[in-house]
Amino acid sequence: MTETNELIRLSAAALAEKLAAGEVTSVEATQAYLDRIAEVDGGERGINAFLHVNAEEALAVAAEVDAIRAAGGAEAEALHILAGVPIAVKDLIVTIGQPTTAGSKILEGWHSPYDATVVERLRAAKMPILGKTNLDEFAMGSSTEHSAYGPTRNPWDLDRIPGGSGGGSAAAVAAFEAPLALGTDTGGSIRQPGAVTGTVGVKPTYGSVSRYGAIAMASSLDQIGPVSRTVLDSALLHQVIGGHDPRDSTSLPDPLADLVAAAKTGNVEGLRIGIIKELHGEGYQAGVENRFRDALELLKEAGAEIVEVSCPNFQYALGAYYLIMPSEASSNLAKFDGVRYGLRVLPEEGPMTIERVMGATRAAGFGDEVKRRIILGTYALSAGYYDAYYGSAQKVRTLVQRDFEAAFTVADVLISPTAPTTAFPLGEKLDDPMAMYLNDVATIPANLAGVPGLSLPGGLADEDGLPVGIQLLAPAKEDARLYRVGAVLESLLEAKWGGPLLQSAPDLAAAVAGPVETLVGSQEAK
Amino acid sequence: MNTDAILSFEEAMEKYDPVLGFEVHVELNTRTKMFSSAPNVFGDEPNTNVNEVDLGMPGVLPVVNKTAVESSIKIGLALNCKIAESCRFARKNYFYPDTPKNFQTSQYDEPIAYDGYLDIELSDGTVFRVEIERAHMEEDAGKLTHMGGATGRIHGADFSLVDYNRAGVPLVEIVTKPIEGAGSRAPELAKAYVAAIREIVKNLGVSDARMERGNVRCDANVSLRPHGRERFGIRSETKNVNSLRAVEHAVRYEIQRHAAVLDAGNPVVQETRHWHEDTRTTTSGRPKSDADDYRYFPEPDLVPVVPSREWVEELRATLPEPPAARRKRLQGDWGYSDLEFRDVVNAGVMDEIEETIAAGASASIARKWWMGEIVGRAKAADVDPGQLGVQPATIVELAGMVEDGKINNKMASQVLDGVLAGEGSPAEIVEKRGLAVVSDDGPLLEAIDAALAAQPGVADKIRNGKVQAVGAIVGGVMKATRGQADAGRVRELILEKLGVTV
Repeated sequence: MTETNELIRLSAAALAEKLAAGEVTSVEATQAYLDRIAEVDGGERGINAFLHVNAEEALAVAAEVDAIRAAGGAEAEALHILAGVPIAVKDLIVTIGQPTTAGSKILEGWHSPYDATVVERLRAAKMPILGKTNLDEFAMGSSTEHSAYGPTRNPWDLDRIPGGSGGGSAAAVAAFEAPLALGTDTGGSIRQPGAVTGTVGVKPTYGSVSRYGAIAMASSLDQIGPVSRTVLDSALLHQVIGGHDPRDSTSLPDPLADLVAAAKTGNVEGLRIGIIKELHGEGYQAGVENRFRDALELLKEAGAEIVEVSCPNFQYALGAYYLIMPSEASSNLAKFDGVRYGLRVLPEEGPMTIERVMGATRAAGFGDEVKRRIILGTYALSAGYYDAYYGSAQKVRTLVQRDFEAAFTVADVLISPTAPTTAFPLGEKLDDPMAMYLNDVATIPANLAGVPGLSLPGGLADEDGLPVGIQLLAPAKEDARLYRVGAVLESLLEAKWGGPLLQSAPDLAAAVAGPVETLVGSQEAK
Repeated sequence: MNTDAILSFEEAMEKYDPVLGFEVHVELNTRTKMFSSAPNVFGDEPNTNVNEVDLGMPGVLPVVNKTAVESSIKIGLALNCKIAESCRFARKNYFYPDTPKNFQTSQYDEPIAYDGYLDIELSDGTVFRVEIERAHMEEDAGKLTHMGGATGRIHGADFSLVDYNRAGVPLVEIVTKPIEGAGSRAPELAKAYVAAIREIVKNLGVSDARMERGNVRCDANVSLRPHGRERFGIRSETKNVNSLRAVEHAVRYEIQRHAAVLDAGNPVVQETRHWHEDTRTTTSGRPKSDADDYRYFPEPDLVPVVPSREWVEELRATLPEPPAARRKRLQGDWGYSDLEFRDVVNAGVMDEIEETIAAGASASIARKWWMGEIVGRAKAADVDPGQLGVQPATIVELAGMVEDGKINNKMASQVLDGVLAGEGSPAEIVEKRGLAVVSDDGPLLEAIDAALAAQPGVADKIRNGKVQAVGAIVGGVMKATRGQADAGRVRELILEKLGVTV
């Protein structure tokens, strides 16, 4: 293993330690990641995790951190623990100085005039931003195949999906193209990609991370969160981006408990961990179920009390989600009309009225999945249907929240598989939206209720050798519990495996350079 | 072009009973916009008072302006409304380029203020109670300017320009319940109602309340039904009627138009109407049916507004005196008779007189100028008196010149014309037009000699002690000096010259 190879495989926490100790510079680390991106991301069988690489600015920030460290003194002392640790940002989050596309043609070439709050916080911590990562268009999908810029490949098997919508962020971290990334999670877009790529992803409590500057899909469900290779790394990043923001009215006023300390607690003794009866078993792949059982066993051995809880209304969660999410999305995406920014398409013939320009722009700029959800949402909000669809869905949402409340009276943390299956082959579910939507069945309830969820690697499925994700759920504002339990489970699993799961991933450099097999493109690709 | 038939108002009233309804939009004069920190300023260079929120950039979020909520509560309290303990915003979804997000953030089924009333005093002193359904918060849209067409409307235009400075300006929309029973007083009530709203928001200090700038905009709903029928007729909604007189005229016109439609046995079309000040008519806008589907749903980017009862009571305690009480107080302070005061109110110059008195004029001088000089000119120009642009300081200056004998009343009236014509300040106009009362004795003495010579008999009578005959000579001098002489001084000089002491 080369030095570069070792450098990029360090956890963010370990890299931060080496930076602080002066054993490595941020420019060296940042350059190592940029080299890795150049090596594995492009080409016909490249990962395609990045839509934009921000080399110049990233290296400039890295050099600035190095200079501050070299100079020493108060400014060096004041550096954030993650200063100089590079990060990738999902291309749904706006950034000054780089394009933001949301994975859509309708925003191709658009540059934001402002930074998202989380990006401001990354800049304040002096974390070099490596670039913007691929996603399903406007975060609508579970496979990243709905990106207008081609699908991202799963580093474990290049012919499989990396999950979605945040497949780019998860794949970048899994492929050692970045130690950390930001994702957004509306129905599982951080956690499900984490599960199928063998990485860690956290959906924080709704309102605990500012949404200002995250292009909205469904405002009441969206939440920005960390993507990483270890539980502790996610805790470190979560603390950078979290906290109140006056520009987001739904932002919680009070900070969360110390998440890094929680990740370092090191025990789960006496904690009650609840298995959600409705979120495993039937419909879940056998290998997924087996790894889930293993995790329960380890936690039990570590002194946790395993209980079973029932959340009977979760069976309606997916249906409610697919009414609330498209309803909000249909309204949130109305602003993309070619009038003020982004793509503008003029009708080929006929009068040049504003309605027709808006129509032509949206027809050409949006992909099929986006149009499907806009149509669904428009219908659900229509007079005469509102009560039956949007109204009923909101009632289900309340029932899901009550199920969580009841469950958390008997359990401190809930546990389930993150996704019912491992990564499926590219193209397999593109023509079957229902099958695609079902992939989020275990992650959606947390978004409906606003509670936090964490996915961590649970091992490889017996039948296909692909990563399985374990999901932990906690009451709102109790994100610290996720990090406490997650870190313990992670260390027990790694002890069992003899190291991190990703160490058993295939050699990527060889794979992406390998022969081109039958390509399965995105429906909207190129 | 307008080809609608109308009935005479009297005939319309004989046959039908009008039902009114008003939606008055009040632009709040907060420092920043409803949901963003961009400045809320009128008249600046287009698209300068905007930030990423106002332009609906990807990723932006709204934050409610607390001062706007405070102003809305004050308006609600002044309209005797209940103030909601918790209320939400909703999204009103429709595609239009003046709406940057393609939805308007507005309160819908949960207004901040509801169930109020306003007592309106008509010109003869009758008090008419208008029930207020609700007052809710929303944001204004941008301003579209249609270029190239003949009408200035979107139809026929080559292209349109959008100014987003107004996008996001806080609005309070005040909606009445259906107003029944006004009968032939309906047009007058319409004007008085809007005048009362304007007065309230101005006194509260929550709006600049300038109708000509669109700070207060009225949509007037009119429907007719045969006398004795309970069910309402089909209504029309005349949009953006932007002066008090226009509100009165628009309601009157729509009553006459509806009556003609109904008389011809046709159904009234439910639609919006455009008001045309030049012809004092309305034309058809777009059809407006109850089936318009804006796909309202609660705005998920905002949390509910929950005004604490303590806050509401604090605001209630800061409210200025209600208009009726204020009128009573002002009448007492100014010493006007009931009739004088009612004329002032009906002429719509009470605020102006108050300002003029505050600027230093006496109550009687202020009334004399506004009622005697300005109201007539406004009527001739077909505008509201306040819209003529007469500054209180101008009146104080003119009145001072008359009092000092520099000019007389007749000249002062001419100077006012000059001020209105934009010729400058009263002092400048007096100077420019050479209007000063002649007080230099030289030219006067010449004129007196000439007048005495012309009427030797009269001069003799005066010499013989018949002092009252001096008026004839004074008249001659005044005529000769085209009224510019100071009559008092002329009298003195004549008597002096004739050696008469009084």
